[in-house]
Amino acid sequence: MKWLPATISGRIYASLLLMLACAPFIFEWVHQPFYLDLLSRALILAIAAVSLNLILGFGGMISLGHAAYIGIGAYCVGIPSYYDYYDGWLHLALALSVSASFALLTGAISLRTKGVYFIMITMAFSQMVYFIFLSLEEYGADDGLVIYSRSEFPGWLSMDSSSGLYYWIFAVLLLSLFFTHRLVHARFGRVIVGARHNEQRMQALGFNTYRYRLACYVISAMICSLAGMLLGNFTGFISPDMIGWARSGELIFMVIIGGVATLFGPLVGTIAFVLLEEFLSAITVYWHLIFGVMLVALVLFGKGGIHGWMSMLDRRSADNG
Amino acid sequence: MDWNLLITQLMNGLQLGLLLFLLASGLTLIFGIMDFINLSHGSFYMIGAYFCGTIVTLTGSFITGIVVGLVGVFAVGALVERFIARNLYVRDHLDHVLVTFGLILIFDTLVHLLWGPSGMAIPLPDVLNGQVGLGSLELPTYRLVIIFAGLLVAAILYVLVAKTRLGMLIRAGASNRVMVEALGVNIDRLFLFVFALGAAMAGLAGMLLAPITEASLGMGNDIIIIALVVVIVGGIGSIKGAFYAALIIGMIDTMSRSYLDQLLLLVMPGNYAETAAPALSAMLVYILMAAVLAFRPQGLFPPAGVKI
Amino acid sequence: MADCLLKIIGLTRHFGGIVATDNVNLSIEQGLIHAIIGPNGAGKTTLISQLCGQLKSDSGDIEFDGHSIVNDSTASRARRGLARSFQITSVIMPLTLLENVMLAVQGNSGHSFRFWSPVRHDRVMEAAAMSSLAGVGLAERAGHIAANVSHGEQRQLEVAMALAMKQRMLLLDEPMAGMGKEEGAMMVDILDRLRGDITILLVEHDMDAVFSLADRLSVMVNGHVIATDTVEKIRANHEVQKAYLGDSHA
Repeated sequence: MKWLPATISGRIYASLLLMLACAPFIFEWVHQPFYLDLLSRALILAIAAVSLNLILGFGGMISLGHAAYIGIGAYCVGIPSYYDYYDGWLHLALALSVSASFALLTGAISLRTKGVYFIMITMAFSQMVYFIFLSLEEYGADDGLVIYSRSEFPGWLSMDSSSGLYYWIFAVLLLSLFFTHRLVHARFGRVIVGARHNEQRMQALGFNTYRYRLACYVISAMICSLAGMLLGNFTGFISPDMIGWARSGELIFMVIIGGVATLFGPLVGTIAFVLLEEFLSAITVYWHLIFGVMLVALVLFGKGGIHGWMSMLDRRSADNG
Repeated sequence: MDWNLLITQLMNGLQLGLLLFLLASGLTLIFGIMDFINLSHGSFYMIGAYFCGTIVTLTGSFITGIVVGLVGVFAVGALVERFIARNLYVRDHLDHVLVTFGLILIFDTLVHLLWGPSGMAIPLPDVLNGQVGLGSLELPTYRLVIIFAGLLVAAILYVLVAKTRLGMLIRAGASNRVMVEALGVNIDRLFLFVFALGAAMAGLAGMLLAPITEASLGMGNDIIIIALVVVIVGGIGSIKGAFYAALIIGMIDTMSRSYLDQLLLLVMPGNYAETAAPALSAMLVYILMAAVLAFRPQGLFPPAGVKI
Repeated sequence: MADCLLKIIGLTRHFGGIVATDNVNLSIEQGLIHAIIGPNGAGKTTLISQLCGQLKSDSGDIEFDGHSIVNDSTASRARRGLARSFQITSVIMPLTLLENVMLAVQGNSGHSFRFWSPVRHDRVMEAAAMSSLAGVGLAERAGHIAANVSHGEQRQLEVAMALAMKQRMLLLDEPMAGMGKEEGAMMVDILDRLRGDITILLVEHDMDAVFSLADRLSVMVNGHVIATDTVEKIRANHEVQKAYLGDSHA
């Protein structure tokens, strides 16, 4: 595999990754540990965005319910911790299996629908998850769940310090990016991408598109649950608020501003989103207003709407990572 | 068997159902005719409550509050249609989702700016605050008012849609928009009216409920999901569907919250039933929607001629 | 009588009160080019949709290679070797010609639950795709995006994809539609060369193409097949003449 990227954008992204790798040291050096926290949160959301991009960007399945998997991942850390089980591998196994099961069940139903029905049913299912966790009095319900110690991976880098957790996040992000890259270019990815552009044609070619999409949905959910696991560890506080459909909407926005169906789009989009959020909220407590106006203006006046941007970015990278 | 509780809960279910109907009918029309997903429909619900509350505080009259509030929400709805929604009909549903999501943020913050972060209580006139005796039962007057108002609006809507020319255009538009345009009807005005009417009904729902629950920020954002579920279960574009689905869902939601734990006690031990009941009752509505989408995706009462 | 690859038995489909296909019986011999003609509204497109699985049939059976496929999905019929080419060209526009055909090859070579190896490094698949493209004369255009090539070339691409899928039978719904004279002649040439290797069932209005290509001709009117025979015999058939002259509002 060639390690030196050939294109300009490739080199930019490589430099970005390099900077991210050095971030803890950089922030330590300038005595600004707050920015490491900000970056940690951004990268966690980036992992979720990468997973959403897989189904939304590459697969064309617009899910307004992906935040549910962040929540599931987080609670798979929170609930065992509540019972004093801090084993990281247990948390991991739980997060992956619960998210996969839920995705399989709800995906099997949702993917029989198209377009707006799909959007709404995914939104509704995530509301369902929200209400389930909200009603679990034992685990804090509305007040949320506090965890006192992070997941433990004996023999591996400890998550206890900020930089320790940061490198876990960074590693998972790299793995997600790499895995997505391979997936999209492999046979599986070609079917997903083809089905997004012309599902009927793909069926006429003999592909049972439903099954491939379902698998893609489950994979995406599992990656997203990793983001949830890391978020739970990061904030130390897990509540149903992570799950609402507004969170899912924000994720979609992050994927879109970064550029759908591109490999690094979600990462760039998430960092931009988090920085924007920080910047705006420092200006005024009513920053949501500015944000909302920007969103509306972006869609209304962006050339051909978001999709114009999407296809422009799309054509530039032609569904390649 | 506590009959009082049962009657009360049935009434609550009916009330919730009718309120959901007010929300869902606008939503289903906007969706069916303009093919526009309006996630910010819940914002009209909120705005209606706040408008009404302010007018009531200013004038002391609940009726004035409702009437002026309705006009106000209708106007806001018209503005949103004219300057935002209209440009998006040709666009993808994803664009609708993003824009209306942005609108929610805008409306929530505007309300915060204008009315502050804490909610607004809306006082009811004394005449509505009491109880009405029905046989041996004592029923809260206001709830009866809500139910009456809801049924009245449903009846008016029915007459409008089934018996007037405007209604015919609306029904035609729900099944075949292109045809209506080809007939030379002023589509822009029709859409504007439908959108604003839907907004007004959502606002009415908010106004009716606010005296009980208080007007609060973001109050529309959770109920909008249920309203969307009603729309799907009833059938997109179908007012009749919205009516029946709203009642069904209102009943299921209310009754399950009260009685599900007792039902579950029949099949499982006490503490499990206690934990499972609230979660399960919250889920029931979504399970219903999933079932409808699985077996009858066009909804229970789709408009004539609609195929998925 | 050669083997019948496709047997259509009593196939019927209603749309509300209208009967689109009405107890259609037809046998398609292997290796031949079989054309279906008829006035508009005769049910030809409906029949094709039923055959490829896009439309469910109300009654009747479809036997392909001895198996009943009337309840199979589009994808599984495609895997059996029965594929359709769309009336409105349907290729995957944002991808290149080569990528399109490679998808066709991929569909025909096992499952695609492979998550690791990049498809563009698969020399075997690429070679198979290139050879299909060459078979329709598009080899030099392989790297062009499908949306950017001419309409006729997109049609050729579809045939290439059908070849790559090693289809045993092609269902072509108006392959000549929208083609200029030169492109049309090219399509006739491609289809002619496919004769024997693949069985072709085509619906077409372009009579020149039909008369020059078809080994067998069936005439459909009002959802029925009223005659099936060689081109000369059909041209001389009185019933057919009546059907065409009688139904003069096309």
